[in-house]
Amino acid sequence: MNKHLLSINDLTSEDVIRILDTADSFREVGTRVIKKVPALRGRTVVNLFYENSTRTRISFELAAKRLSADVINFSTGGSSVAKGESLKDTALTLQAMGADAIVIRHSSSGSPYALTRWVHGSVLNAGDGTHEHPTQALLDVYTIRERLGRLEGIRVAIVGDVLHSRVARSLSFALVKMGADVTLVGPPTLIPPDVAAWGVQVSHDVDAVVPKLDVCYMLRIQRERQRQQYVPSVREYSRLFGLTTRRVAMLPEGALIMHPGPMNRGVEIDSDVADLPQAVIEEQVTNGIAVRMSLLYLLLGGSAPPPGRAEDSEREEAGADA
Amino acid sequence: MPERILLQRARVVDPAAPRDQTADVLVEGDRVAEVGEALSATDAEVLDCRDMVLIPGLVDMHTHLREPGREDKETVETGCRAAAVGGYTAVAAMANTDPVADNAAVILEVRSLAAAANLCDVVPVGAITRGLNGEDMAEIGEMVEAGVRMFSDDGRCVLTARLLRNALQYARAFDGVVLAEHCEDASLAEGTQMHEGGHSSSLGLPGQPREAEEVIVARDLALARLTSGRLHVCHVSSSGSVALIRQAKAGGIRVTAEVTPHHLVFTDEDLVTYDTNLKVNPPLRSQEDRDALWQGLADGTIDAIATDHAPHAVEEKESEFDQSPPGTIGLETALAAVLTHGVDVGRIDLARAIEAMSSAPARILGLADHGGPIAPGRLANLTVVDPRSEWMVNPPFTSRSRNSAFLGRTLRGRVVHTLYRGGLVVAEGKPTR
Repeated sequence: MNKHLLSINDLTSEDVIRILDTADSFREVGTRVIKKVPALRGRTVVNLFYENSTRTRISFELAAKRLSADVINFSTGGSSVAKGESLKDTALTLQAMGADAIVIRHSSSGSPYALTRWVHGSVLNAGDGTHEHPTQALLDVYTIRERLGRLEGIRVAIVGDVLHSRVARSLSFALVKMGADVTLVGPPTLIPPDVAAWGVQVSHDVDAVVPKLDVCYMLRIQRERQRQQYVPSVREYSRLFGLTTRRVAMLPEGALIMHPGPMNRGVEIDSDVADLPQAVIEEQVTNGIAVRMSLLYLLLGGSAPPPGRAEDSEREEAGADA
Repeated sequence: MPERILLQRARVVDPAAPRDQTADVLVEGDRVAEVGEALSATDAEVLDCRDMVLIPGLVDMHTHLREPGREDKETVETGCRAAAVGGYTAVAAMANTDPVADNAAVILEVRSLAAAANLCDVVPVGAITRGLNGEDMAEIGEMVEAGVRMFSDDGRCVLTARLLRNALQYARAFDGVVLAEHCEDASLAEGTQMHEGGHSSSLGLPGQPREAEEVIVARDLALARLTSGRLHVCHVSSSGSVALIRQAKAGGIRVTAEVTPHHLVFTDEDLVTYDTNLKVNPPLRSQEDRDALWQGLADGTIDAIATDHAPHAVEEKESEFDQSPPGTIGLETALAAVLTHGVDVGRIDLARAIEAMSSAPARILGLADHGGPIAPGRLANLTVVDPRSEWMVNPPFTSRSRNSAFLGRTLRGRVVHTLYRGGLVVAEGKPTR
């Protein structure tokens, strides 16, 4: 595996399986009374968040802490960034302080790539602009595999504002890589051009797609898309592309309903739908911690083996310190 | 007795003559004294030019010298020195300075800075509208009196069809005046970061369709037809624009066009690492567009190659992709890029390349002293190139900036000597003043 995780395209399908399998072994840690393993003891993980994202930041923070890493949260409000410090200078500062991994969330697509030019440590993309959100995709794939028992051949629709969605990009790349059958559904103005190259299908008709799905993945729609003339109104969007109770009834038995959060209840997903048992939205959140533990562990070349072989961990760690 | 320089046994490629043969060229003072075989001249400085190509000095019709206003990026002097190192003996300095070159005072200031630098001719471009506001016509007549022949709001497009129509019509009062348009529909281009297509989709960068250029090219060509005015299309990037210009020329519309080396070499695929040095405006387009640009250049639809030399500060380019200003420097790499990616691979021949980089822009700008022919009595604006010398593009540059799209790339072809008005301003690849 690469040193960084910038895009799902950095990973092979074997890498993905390894990440998911490692996450499996870490998930058990979250059920213990003492939710901690020493795998990254003495390592420093910086959460560099240029955008507010409480859930992703907390998930990464918990993941790093459960691996016993030292975690520093660096958010833009009130920091030197507010005084006009450049991304490069911030990166060099964190580098000088000995960050082993930098988890970056930024509103500009490609920022994690720039970061890799300036720091020696691992860079984890926690969402960059409208580009990618690879850890979200991996936790989604993890959740799907756990629930459905497989990834190959499953039929997934990703519904909504694909054009502006970093989740949709990463998830499409990850699912196609694992052999799933992916359809992007949305108004033509919100489907990026030439996506056939991703190996996905495109549809503009939710009703036609829903009866054939194993997973219906809903994306958040931002109200500003109306002002920007991508859709005539949020109301019409909701009517044409929202996941309503009527549409859920068309889903095959056992199909999953997913959403990366935060949800606009009543817009892209009916409130009642979000609370159905086949909606695994909270599981996605829970699994996110295990998947991020797995990634931090694998990218930082964790000096201890995953849990379950605790008797080995002290010895291996001592060896690595030498 | 004036100083004499004898350039010996070069392959003289002079499309304006036309000539492509081995010859000696004797320069006396600021002029060419003789062109012929086995010339001898007592007391002349002899430069052995065997295996080298001697061409008329290059002419760049699209340079941003940044002075006045952004002397941290480039000055008239540093830009002229970079031009000389790149083999240029004349550059057209774009009007989007601070203050804008929308009046004779700024034009005369740039001229006097250029005269003091004495490294190449600088032809200031005047703004079409005051302060580049797109709404109020600048005093074109006054700037013509100050020596301006080309007007442009480059950096943006003249907003309304009505204003461009009037400017094209008004400029007909003055001989040799041409209006150069940066063709880009503002509403389609707003917020975009690269060419729209599969790569913009994957990279999550807002894409600009080629139609953002084409709708304005179509509009402007229609207005050139309406007014019989002279239109020049800056940095053509799209296959559709090439087709529109080809058709317009066939229909007798007075239009000329330029293309940049970076649009001829790179495509949107090269942006996969979010390299801000490849963020340019118009954006790098698809393979298909690039092929159409070469085709248009080869068949004369596109008249000239122009650098759009756009220096930017290091800290501006070392930032997030969407916050980085568009542009690449180009004066020092243009000739090598065209030789490497055009001539050496058979897309155009050497004579056409030199015509597009020297004779054609000289003709469009009305620069009688540039672009050849290389003949007795004419000013000695000459460049000697070693076409086989390979080099890797890396800092330091002669330009004050280093935002080159070609950083780290290997190119073939090096400027060895540049003579500006008979003076050796670049010798053995190094500036002499």
